Amino acid sequence: MTVKIKEWPGTALSSRDIEEGRVLTVRHKLKAEYAWDAGVAIGRYLRELKNGRLVARRCGGCDRILLPPRMFCEQCFVPTDEWVYVEDTGTVNTFSICYVRWDVARLKEPLLPAVINVDGASPGMGILHLLGEVRPEDVHIGMRVRAVWKSPGEREGAITDIKYWKPVQGG
Amino acid sequence: MPERVAIVGVGHSDIRSITPGLSCKEMMYEAAARAYEDAGVNPRKDVDSFICVSEDFWEGTSIYDEYVPDQLGGALRPVHTVTGDGIHALACAAMLIRTGMARVVVVEGHSKHSDMRTPAHIHNFAYDPIYHRPLEAHPHHLAGLEMNRFLHVTGNTREQCGLVVKKNLANALLNPRAVYGARVSLEDVLGAPPAFTPLGELDIARPADGGFVMVVAGERAIAGLAGEPVWITGYGWCTDTPALDSRQWGEAAYARLAAQQAYRMAGITDPFRELDFAEVDDSFSYKELEHLEALRICRPGEAGSWLEEGVTLPSGDFPVNVSGGSLGVGHLLEATGLHRVYEVVLQLRGQAGGNQLPDVARGLAQSWRNLPTTTGCVVILERA
Ligand SMILES: [Zn+2]
Repeated sequence: MTVKIKEWPGTALSSRDIEEGRVLTVRHKLKAEYAWDAGVAIGRYLRELKNGRLVARRCGGCDRILLPPRMFCEQCFVPTDEWVYVEDTGTVNTFSICYVRWDVARLKEPLLPAVINVDGASPGMGILHLLGEVRPEDVHIGMRVRAVWKSPGEREGAITDIKYWKPVQGG
Repeated sequence: MPERVAIVGVGHSDIRSITPGLSCKEMMYEAAARAYEDAGVNPRKDVDSFICVSEDFWEGTSIYDEYVPDQLGGALRPVHTVTGDGIHALACAAMLIRTGMARVVVVEGHSKHSDMRTPAHIHNFAYDPIYHRPLEAHPHHLAGLEMNRFLHVTGNTREQCGLVVKKNLANALLNPRAVYGARVSLEDVLGAPPAFTPLGELDIARPADGGFVMVVAGERAIAGLAGEPVWITGYGWCTDTPALDSRQWGEAAYARLAAQQAYRMAGITDPFRELDFAEVDDSFSYKELEHLEALRICRPGEAGSWLEEGVTLPSGDFPVNVSGGSLGVGHLLEATGLHRVYEVVLQLRGQAGGNQLPDVARGLAQSWRNLPTTTGCVVILERA
């Protein structure tokens, strides 16, 4: 503002102006719907979750057990060779104590996402899921955990067929 | 003199109207494995850089480029995505090699159209939100507008556009990659339900799923590879103004200028005489005629009568879309340009099976980025 003009009165838009349609606004709601094909590997993985089991693929090139399963090995670039069931127990690789939910709501009881190295899969392979039945201050890297499954009737072939992973006694 | 660059390997996944059995990643792996086998390369050792084309809205996942390395053998390697047509990516690959950044580059494009449940709504999102979308027309109305003006300006006819459909669907019957091959009459095309008049329902290319992968290498790297090189001797791309109220409705100026760049690089002054055949964009029937004229393969207003005289038939003096084009093969979203390149490569290698043309040495592939864009790419390919 210059020295000469002490005041510069203008009329700012208020949110009411927009709500009451006094200025032109355009609303467009995107109707984007998809039906992604899960494919051979993830399709079987999800079906096995419904059965209460975790299934992986073994690569004959590097002999790794890949979890989640995939039909090709990203390191060897060859098709993977066989289905292998792995345990529903594992070790916490890393975790975070989250006091903010996806919708930015503050949480008193924090969400505990963790990467779990699953027993039977190759080192560093496993699942990103949630921890439960544990106090946040007790969670630690290296903690032994076990999957807590929904009842067979509740399962639908989804990653949420596992409710969470809880500490194994003595872990 | 910049290094000469060639396509040394090509591969594709099975093209289908739907692909319920495979995930997009599994489909890409199939295409990549075939291309690497064709070129005789191991992607984990021999490839310096990977370039994909994809559009997040088609995929339903943003930053889709982050999801591509595993199935291409590109994990922990240079990978980037071009939001354009596959021929844009091919030109990027050639430039990476010619600048000395890479010796061998992989290009990938795919369509998993069948994953979309509301494709028209998603397509509509490409239109201007303030002064275009509120009119609530289907995205294809722009093709009706463009076709009408093109026919008016050039004197080509509605019937000649129908003959494009007849030709390309018949060509597709001989192409094992084609989904929509059929024997249709001009009456079938003209009698189809009106859609965006003058555009009828059969004048619109139908979507398909499929992935394409190509291995591109510089002259110095080629000696060690198995694939038979097809040289990339010219490329160009161009985008017109997006303004719907003032773009050039009667002419594909973007294709004219893209071709001008490619011809200059390849040293072509008379495309009709110096090229043997072409695969050009036919996403809508009239587009084949419009693009042929823009590419200066024939004169303005001449493309339709050429078709009537049989010049662009497989047996004619200048075969166009011998593969069946997008009308016959199916429209493959961002991979459409790579599909056209693939068909040209097979012709030049003499591997086009029932569609093979005799004695072809130099071909052109041209793409358009579909509605509402004014973007086109051109590439010139030559036999060794
Ligand atoms: Zn492996």
